[in-house]
Amino acid sequence: MKKLKQQLIKAFGTKSVNDSFNELTLTIDSSSVVEVCTQLRDDFKFDILIDLSGIDYLSYGEADWDGNASSSGYGRAREIQLSEKKQSNRFGVIYHLLSVSNNNRLRVKALLPDDSLMIKTVTGIWNSADWYEREAFDLFGILFENHTDLRRILTDYGFVGHPLRKDFPMIGEVEMRYDEELGRVVYEPVSIEPNVNVPRVIRK
Amino acid sequence: MSEMRNYTLNFGPQHPAAHGVLRLILELDGEVIERADPHIGLLHRGTEKLAESKPYNQSIGYMDRLDYVSMMCNEHAYVMAIEKMLGLEVPERAKYIRVMFDEITRILNHLMWLGTHALDVGAMSVFLYAFREREKLIDCYEAVSGSRMHATYYRPGGVYRDLPDKMPQYLESKLRKKEELKEMNKNRQGSLLDFISDFSENFPESIDQYSGLLTDNRIWKQRLVNIGVVNADRAKQLGFTGPMLRGSGVEWDLRKTQPYSVYEQLEFDIPVGVTGDCYDRYLVRMEEMRQSCSLVKQCVRWLKSNSGPVMSDDHKVSPPNRGDMKDDMESLIHHFKLFTEGYCLPEGEVYSAVEAPKGEFGVYLVSDGANKPYRIKMRAPGFPHLASIDEMAKGHMLSDVVTIIGTQDIVFGEIDR
Repeated sequence: MKKLKQQLIKAFGTKSVNDSFNELTLTIDSSSVVEVCTQLRDDFKFDILIDLSGIDYLSYGEADWDGNASSSGYGRAREIQLSEKKQSNRFGVIYHLLSVSNNNRLRVKALLPDDSLMIKTVTGIWNSADWYEREAFDLFGILFENHTDLRRILTDYGFVGHPLRKDFPMIGEVEMRYDEELGRVVYEPVSIEPNVNVPRVIRK
Repeated sequence: MSEMRNYTLNFGPQHPAAHGVLRLILELDGEVIERADPHIGLLHRGTEKLAESKPYNQSIGYMDRLDYVSMMCNEHAYVMAIEKMLGLEVPERAKYIRVMFDEITRILNHLMWLGTHALDVGAMSVFLYAFREREKLIDCYEAVSGSRMHATYYRPGGVYRDLPDKMPQYLESKLRKKEELKEMNKNRQGSLLDFISDFSENFPESIDQYSGLLTDNRIWKQRLVNIGVVNADRAKQLGFTGPMLRGSGVEWDLRKTQPYSVYEQLEFDIPVGVTGDCYDRYLVRMEEMRQSCSLVKQCVRWLKSNSGPVMSDDHKVSPPNRGDMKDDMESLIHHFKLFTEGYCLPEGEVYSAVEAPKGEFGVYLVSDGANKPYRIKMRAPGFPHLASIDEMAKGHMLSDVVTIIGTQDIVFGEIDR
């Protein structure tokens, strides 16, 4: 791993390589994703894209007691706690790479600029990115440029919204039932109330 | 004569060979597949979103429900991610128990795969035999956790409790005569370890029985050999792991290459295929069952001769002794805090992976320092496998699609999450 770290620093600079919990993270600029990934596959022999996931940093470092809890549950001790760790970029894409030939792993992190949710696709580099990118599009609304088939994958046909975004409510927005009179399934706004059983706390 | 056109066939989501809720849109030219487009998500429950709203320990149960035929392996990846972040040491005995149950789970999964795969291809009896053996292993799950499927047995810092000294026995009922009962309870007289040991002695014989039915069977070979061939380079490109990757001849097994828990101390071999067709993957999985059986044996031997704690004594993450709570203030506070608020993880991100029966099951955990995960992403092995069905099925006949679904060992709990 040390050797890989040295090589990465040589190729991408000290600032972009980070080492924590015995894992290497390479932070890159989202506009250079295709070039960097091609280099990682060809020169560093990362032959498998193990995982690709989106992330939404909207409420990073925010604890509860700030009004997320229900009025009946934890109303007594509400206090707004603003995060000190707020990130400047909201969305990001995270690639987990595995090298079978060199037996090492690498995490590549590309944060997206706030004014655009576009990032180039890596399906040309690793074919397995296809469905993973569809998933990130579905759940976070991240758009992958040049992806040939960017459809929703996990959510329902005709679903509206991106459920893993932090501003998407846990209970969802619509519920579905069979209507006896209409003789078909109908969608209605959710009738249940959000409920937080255990508040989110941050202790140091 | 009018021009022949391709036609589209909807396969599933309610089809016995679809292994759950797979909906395939098949474009056919006669009986030959031109394009296969899987529609997934019919079992999407939003596990990742749910886990973000709960303290760490309360999400262990969700892991069982991901790949619901290899329950404990999923838990293992999840608790390992938490342990990695906390820098928590797991007692040696707990590690051996985990490895033993990981391997039992692998056998459970492979028996399920074998039974359904053979059933899809047309061999009924293998299914019945496989489930006969599966029942015994599910009893082990029940003995140790109280639940036959969704165990929630692994916890950060160890396992929930030590192995029971007594194996539960069958009770008398209207349907079972006394003599019958005696025979059924014969290997359940001792502890759980005795039962598992007895199982591991007899199981290789059962594998011989299965392979006797299938390996040289003409029909079985006609349906599997040279079907769904994936070469090593394509397998890596498509993100294959586990038996799917090994079937294509790549020697890669996390238990050997990036060992976790106590796999380094144990002896086992990694079978690999040659051609990368369905038959090779079948042989790989059959051999894996034998290896798992030998691993179980080694663990039983170790566990019988070594005792010790099975849970870390760091009461920030593990509940204190019930008796201590009666007169020790600190234990009471620990107990209260653990079960109401949980524990906070340091800020950061980890990825932890295990060699689950289907391939690499990984958990990517992002924490902002709170008592709940900020983001958790489960890397399901079946996801990239199913994604490749278009490539694997192209040019094959309609009936081969069923074989390919079988060989991929698809379970929708993990793919749809």
